[in-house]
Amino acid sequence: MGEDAESPKINHTFLRDYVTEADVISTVEFNQTGDLLATGDKGGRVVIFQREIDSKGESEEVGDIGDSGEYNVYSTFQSHEPDFDYLKSLEIEEKINKIRWLPQQNAAHFLLSTNDKTVKLWKVSERDKRPEGYNLKDEEGRLKDISTITSLQVPVLKPTDLMVEVRPRRVFSNGHTYHVNSISVNSDGETYLSADDLRINMWHLGITDRSFNIVDIKPANMEDLTEVITAAEFHPQHCHLFVYSSSKGTLRLCDMRASALCDKHTKLFEEPEDPGSRSFFSEIISSVSDVKFSHSGRYLLTRDYLTAKVWDLHMDKGPVETYQVHEYLRSKLCSLYENDCIFDKFECVWNSSDSVIMTGAYNNFFRMFDRETGRGVTLEAWRESSKPRAVLRTRRVYTGGKRRRGDMGVDSLDFTKKILHMAWHPSENIIAIAATNNLYIFQDRVNPETQ
Amino acid sequence: MFAKGTKRKFSDPGEEPALGAELGPVVRPLSSTYSLQRQSLLDMSLIKLQLCHMLVEPNLCRSVLIANTVRQIQEEMTQDGTWQIMTQALAAAQCPADRLVATEVLCRPSEALAAAQKEEEEEEVVVAAAMEEDVDSEANPLSSSSFLPAPFGAEPGWEDEEDDSEDEDSEECPSDAEDVPDSRRGDQVFGTFEIKHPAPPPDPALEELFSDVDPSYYDLDTVLTGMQSTPKMGPYDLLDSLSPHAAPALSTGTSCRSDLNELDHIMEIIS
Repeated sequence: MGEDAESPKINHTFLRDYVTEADVISTVEFNQTGDLLATGDKGGRVVIFQREIDSKGESEEVGDIGDSGEYNVYSTFQSHEPDFDYLKSLEIEEKINKIRWLPQQNAAHFLLSTNDKTVKLWKVSERDKRPEGYNLKDEEGRLKDISTITSLQVPVLKPTDLMVEVRPRRVFSNGHTYHVNSISVNSDGETYLSADDLRINMWHLGITDRSFNIVDIKPANMEDLTEVITAAEFHPQHCHLFVYSSSKGTLRLCDMRASALCDKHTKLFEEPEDPGSRSFFSEIISSVSDVKFSHSGRYLLTRDYLTAKVWDLHMDKGPVETYQVHEYLRSKLCSLYENDCIFDKFECVWNSSDSVIMTGAYNNFFRMFDRETGRGVTLEAWRESSKPRAVLRTRRVYTGGKRRRGDMGVDSLDFTKKILHMAWHPSENIIAIAATNNLYIFQDRVNPETQ
Repeated sequence: MFAKGTKRKFSDPGEEPALGAELGPVVRPLSSTYSLQRQSLLDMSLIKLQLCHMLVEPNLCRSVLIANTVRQIQEEMTQDGTWQIMTQALAAAQCPADRLVATEVLCRPSEALAAAQKEEEEEEVVVAAAMEEDVDSEANPLSSSSFLPAPFGAEPGWEDEEDDSEDEDSEECPSDAEDVPDSRRGDQVFGTFEIKHPAPPPDPALEELFSDVDPSYYDLDTVLTGMQSTPKMGPYDLLDSLSPHAAPALSTGTSCRSDLNELDHIMEIIS
């Protein structure tokens, strides 16, 4: 990546130093233009950041920082509240599992946010004018005494301070018995899917009391359950295609034209198991935690516990590329099973040109892989090393051989600091990394002359 | 590397001769180290399956993966012949029935106590139970086919079995029990908040696991008796140190106070 990187850091907790559980960021997502960045947290709140347009306008001068603005808080709202399932006597967490933006159609922005059970559609709109000069109401809104009105006036719109209003427009409830892990907006602009552990539903954005069940893998006898759905996504261009991943490491591409219920996949992507490396943890580490289509729609990116894999939609026999994220953990699987870290679900993302993939790891490390060279780099999201405009230092985990200064030993890795959620700007090299309760935004500013 | 605090007193019952080593194309080391590791993993997995959050639904994906691991170990142990040996040894022992936690069981000398040969069935049901906890009640909530667990999750149907349970370790506070007669089960939406003290107190964690268990389970007597087991406080002391996620509610042995706190908590949420 570029040598010169500006890295403004936005501390989500503002003045607080300690981490309250509710502040842990649980999802990060850019909108389609990249001007807005939304984060959801465990407390059910959504914070939207907006990129500031530098007033210098088009950068006439080479190397000018004209067009790369900082992200500042645009709006904050409470998306979900804690709920209680009376039937099962269980709490429903308000944690936001996923946020997805809708393509912008007018001045307002729309996003979908979901917790374990309920998906909500929010409208984010700006108001910078207000009418003044009502006849029957005074400035505070109180009714005027009619006898005091001597003439009529036409109310005029006067500019005011910018106000961002967020209103819930739809609530899609009672669609899921199990925990919703994914939502994905269809390219048709009208529908979206929501996936839980055993079922996938398709909704129309305008209809909240009905949804179509398109995948159901619940066995007749729950004792026979051995596999769950872990992630799902619509194809970026083909509105009839979607993919879902499972806890057994398989990917299923489904075509909704084939049948109403897509239990039978159109294509099954599975990598044959390597018998030599089989252990009791093989299945657990093969569970796919995230699946993303490439922007081109040609490839799939998946993340399992130790690797990130790129699959070609035209080839279902196995991935075309495999990247080792933290192979040094393979010998520690038993400990990681004991402390439950082995069940951590890491996300993975593509860059805008599908040439680089990125995913998170432990100790606030995250990894980027250049697909052309196959080389990977480890970076760290850490407050101390992230002064504005500081260059991100590459890190290394010592796995043998010559030890360099700054190498981290595997046993000194902090497994409570995990980078699970991240997002890449749709067109530029700007990444948003969620490290527990902190949000880091890194920009890559490549000198145009070297491009 | 292994479960903290787990006393591995269990010695490999089958120091079988190179039996395993000669089997099949895949040479699996049947060294005692491997067996111990495998056993430890099995114990850990069973503990994880049982430890579920009292108030929040446990992660189904995690439960499924752990259950599959347990199944896998079980299969391998069956192939080794270790499984039969272990269950036979346990069957020969006299024990208070109901230990779901294999750790405690297998850590004792094989002649002593154990969950008898319900071990295998218990695991099956533990596995099944972990699945069942998320069984959806699609139908009318008042239909008799679905369960309507009270906040403390006591199952009306278990009541009969509760009395039959052989659990003698009743020092735990049984306050989580909620006795609802079978006949009323279909009509109740909320259990009453009575706190009674039946002879063997069901573990609230277990109750939660089986809160949606299909009534057909009742037909399996052994399963039921096995399910009534209330694991002793003993293993759960280690469990607290093992898993950071152990809900405080699981420490039923401590006092009724924790359960009353539970009640307060739930009342807060509802109101």
